[in-house]
Amino acid sequence: MNSEEKELICIICPVGCSIKVNKTMDNISVKGALCNRGIEYARQEILDPRRIVMTVIRVKNGNLPVVSVKTSIPIPKKCIDKVLKLTALIEVEAPIEIGQAIAKDICGADLIATRRIEVKISKL
Amino acid sequence: MIEEKKEVVVIGAGPAGIAAAIRARQLGLETILIESRDVLGGIPLQCIHPGFGIHYFGEDLTGGEFIQRLIDKMHGIGVNYILNAYVHSIEIDSYIEKMVNVVTPNGVHKICTKTIIYAAGARERHLFELNIFGERPDGIYTAGEAQTIMDLYGVLPGENIVVIGSGDVGLIMARRFALEGANVRAVIEIMPYPGGLMRNIVQCLRDFNIPLYLGHAVTEIIGGRRVEAVRVAKVDEDMRPIKSTEFEIPCDTIVIAAGLTPNIDLLEKIGIAIDYRTKGPIVNELFETSIPGLFVAGNALVINDLVDYAAEQGEVAAEGAKIFVENDGIPTKSWKRIEPGRNVRFAIPHYISGERDVMLYARVQKPENDVYISIANLKIKMHNVRPAEMIRVKISTKIIAESRNTVIPVEVIPHEF
Amino acid sequence: MKKFKVAIIGAGIVGVAVARVLSMYENFDISIVEMEPDVGWGVSKANTSIIHPCHEEDPDRYPLRARLCREGNSIWRSWVKELDIPAKWPGELMVFYSSEEEREVRKYIWFAARNSVPGIRIIYRDELPSYEPNISPEAEGALYAPTAGTISPFEAVIAIAENATENGARLFADTKVLNIKVENYSIAGVETNRGFINADIVINAAGLYADHISHLAGVALDFFIKPRRGEYIVFDEDIDVKPTKILHTVPTSITKGVYAITTVHGNLMIGPTAEDLSTDVREDRATTESGFTYLLSEGRRLLKKLPPLSKIIRRFAGLRPEPPYGNWLIDVYTDPWGFINVAGIRSPGLTAAPAIARYVLELLVEKYDVNLVEKSGWIRYRKGIESIRNLSIERLDNLIKVDPSYGRIVCNCKAVSEAEIVKAADNIVKIGAKPTIDGIKFRTTAGFGKCQGSFCRWRIALLLSHKLGIPLHSVIVKRSAYGLGDIKFLLSRNQSEVERS
Repeated sequence: MNSEEKELICIICPVGCSIKVNKTMDNISVKGALCNRGIEYARQEILDPRRIVMTVIRVKNGNLPVVSVKTSIPIPKKCIDKVLKLTALIEVEAPIEIGQAIAKDICGADLIATRRIEVKISKL
Repeated sequence: MIEEKKEVVVIGAGPAGIAAAIRARQLGLETILIESRDVLGGIPLQCIHPGFGIHYFGEDLTGGEFIQRLIDKMHGIGVNYILNAYVHSIEIDSYIEKMVNVVTPNGVHKICTKTIIYAAGARERHLFELNIFGERPDGIYTAGEAQTIMDLYGVLPGENIVVIGSGDVGLIMARRFALEGANVRAVIEIMPYPGGLMRNIVQCLRDFNIPLYLGHAVTEIIGGRRVEAVRVAKVDEDMRPIKSTEFEIPCDTIVIAAGLTPNIDLLEKIGIAIDYRTKGPIVNELFETSIPGLFVAGNALVINDLVDYAAEQGEVAAEGAKIFVENDGIPTKSWKRIEPGRNVRFAIPHYISGERDVMLYARVQKPENDVYISIANLKIKMHNVRPAEMIRVKISTKIIAESRNTVIPVEVIPHEF
Repeated sequence: MKKFKVAIIGAGIVGVAVARVLSMYENFDISIVEMEPDVGWGVSKANTSIIHPCHEEDPDRYPLRARLCREGNSIWRSWVKELDIPAKWPGELMVFYSSEEEREVRKYIWFAARNSVPGIRIIYRDELPSYEPNISPEAEGALYAPTAGTISPFEAVIAIAENATENGARLFADTKVLNIKVENYSIAGVETNRGFINADIVINAAGLYADHISHLAGVALDFFIKPRRGEYIVFDEDIDVKPTKILHTVPTSITKGVYAITTVHGNLMIGPTAEDLSTDVREDRATTESGFTYLLSEGRRLLKKLPPLSKIIRRFAGLRPEPPYGNWLIDVYTDPWGFINVAGIRSPGLTAAPAIARYVLELLVEKYDVNLVEKSGWIRYRKGIESIRNLSIERLDNLIKVDPSYGRIVCNCKAVSEAEIVKAADNIVKIGAKPTIDGIKFRTTAGFGKCQGSFCRWRIALLLSHKLGIPLHSVIVKRSAYGLGDIKFLLSRNQSEVERS
């Protein structure tokens, strides 16, 4: 029987439903999800698990030395390492607005700023 | 010396304080917001993960995004605030006159006010509040401190990490370290179940293959200059370490995520009544404490799960302040007492009047499945309840009116088939 | 007049006291060599902080200890005033619980008479509460010694070091002694990990390592120090059990008993334990569960009740240098000429320190035939950093007008302002020590409060980072850096490792 049964915990909302996913060659069945988003999550998790990644990126001339960023959409788990390595190579110039794309098209997502950074006022 | 007269002084510009100041201003009160740091925003500024604002804004925002919205709203309305302002002392001169003495770089402000909303948040439990012995080397951080230096100031504390405590803060910091290339050797949790949400166990620990040791405690810290290892042991039912199970985990950094406690020293000094269950003040439905006209909101009142709750508590406190100012005190009522019952660790507010709808915040003592939460005639079915998840229930005036007793128990009842 | 180059090894209470006394004279060019980044981090940092009356010193077995203890108790009264060292003189009660113990206690009355310690007498149960309202009802009586005091030991070392350096002594901190150079049977100098220091005279005040230093000079080869560990518990100041007197249990052959005191900073402190460690364990300052439990039970014996355990803000341990047979080794040698031992200074070391310093001067003047010339313009007084904590708001307002950084509070628990932290950093650099967060802590009490630094440590680190012009992660906490590097340090490092392979 070409089927794969996996038990997983949904991470979409704080309830954390315990879900049983059964994958056969032509079908994925999901049991235990209390909502549709959970069903969608379970399907994706078994095919190609994805995550939203949050990290910080170094800032030049800002009132803080780093800006917080998140991926615009969940990216494949296997891509997370690559994204993080990239964040070690880039530096962004202040000012930065929330929603600003710091880096585009990395593993299918953009890196979006989630913090406002103003230009540093140097004390005389 | 600068002397001012206000109707509301809000202490602390985190989510509860800013929301309180906004509401107070909207209600037409002469308001001033005091913040000890040089920025507005409090803890959410350093929270780069989402989970903020789902109730309040209907959006899943990061801490930074959430608090920026509140700050922008506050600027839009025009609330007076002072940064770098430290509350030196509070004097209760009379029922409707309080003096708040504030130290700032341009002198001491003596603010005479009718009401105070205290929203100064919580502090973290530190090493000496845990039963951990041994050396005191460099390399030990509390989780909040690690979060501040990493995500506000771009500093990496260390390379080989052990996290003490599996509450959400600890789990989130474990993930942060792992993402930045550190080696998180273990998360140690003394209880037999995790302190945080299951989703965080998945996305913070399992995703990164970080070992979670449930029912274990760190007994000793080893290290001269810098942390070198921790000694860990399994614990028994009384949470005492079992010596024969001891083993060592080499590491260079220890992150203590052992929980928060309301930061209310200033209030204890003036003799406020404290609930030993929450370690926060005893309050009525307007979040007024045992000192008339002194309100508390946010993590200074009770350790909240969601920033949304802290903000809405701030708003309720502002409404309370409005009533107090308009009536020279909260009018006398027949208060009913909320009493925590079976499997309820705490429930606030402690006193309700029945004259307004009240949001009740509670936590259970132990995890349970298939239960009812029972408050007077209200019975709410819950799939499962966990200490990590705060219960927030609206109690309408109708429910309170239906209850004939002066004491209303809040309890968790197993579902019977 | 010959000017002697003097190298004092160890900037603990004894080393800095010697430096201060020597600095009063033109004859000495003083260097202090200290292996830690700052002064007083060895034995002096973690002790019970008592200025003893000295009725516990047996004048027959330990005549030198008895005499110098008694003199030290007197000298401290002027030193704390001259040097602005927080001190109080509440007197002490040696509490006994049985008639056997009372008999033991009577021996100290005899010592007191011999050592000229005034005011000693026994107080019985019914009189006790008027001396100490917090005394345990189990106590049968106590030996009252009115001349006991308590000071802040690390602030004392800092104050004396500041005064000594202001009077010309130089401090070489973060400097480890590797060897003592002897040429033609005379001291030539000290080899350190930072270079060679010329010296005619070496004064060994190296605390836990005094035996090692002495052996380097080829002196007292049979002298060995045994580290004796003492644990302490500190409670938050916001409690209702604060003994007004210094309380302690009856001494044993090993220790002076366990103390319960309200420190000069207002904290209840209980300790020490007394555990002998082997000579090769010089740095084990670990606290233990058994030590903790023992101190709690002793505390319960002394006090009518203990504060709730949730009020404990710190547990720490220190090591004391125990010499063979309890005898201090204070000696001036002619072979090699110029080597002086001030070693094994166990209790009552803190009390005797100023007297030990004068005694060392006397000995060396005699042995080395020095014609002392007083330094005109010797600076007697030193002022500490003004704390805003206990100031009235009016006074504070005035201070802020002069310097706004008094109005920026960095440590909320202890109300420590930015101005004090900056002054502390300046003072550390001024004496020649290495700025560390712990150094700031000891000079201002920032981080000593309820939150134990979880709120303020990063704020202090930021201030130091700006002031010293170093990245935040490079700020030293105690002995190592606050961070490994910037946030992308490991990702960058792993990247270049991958590229190289």
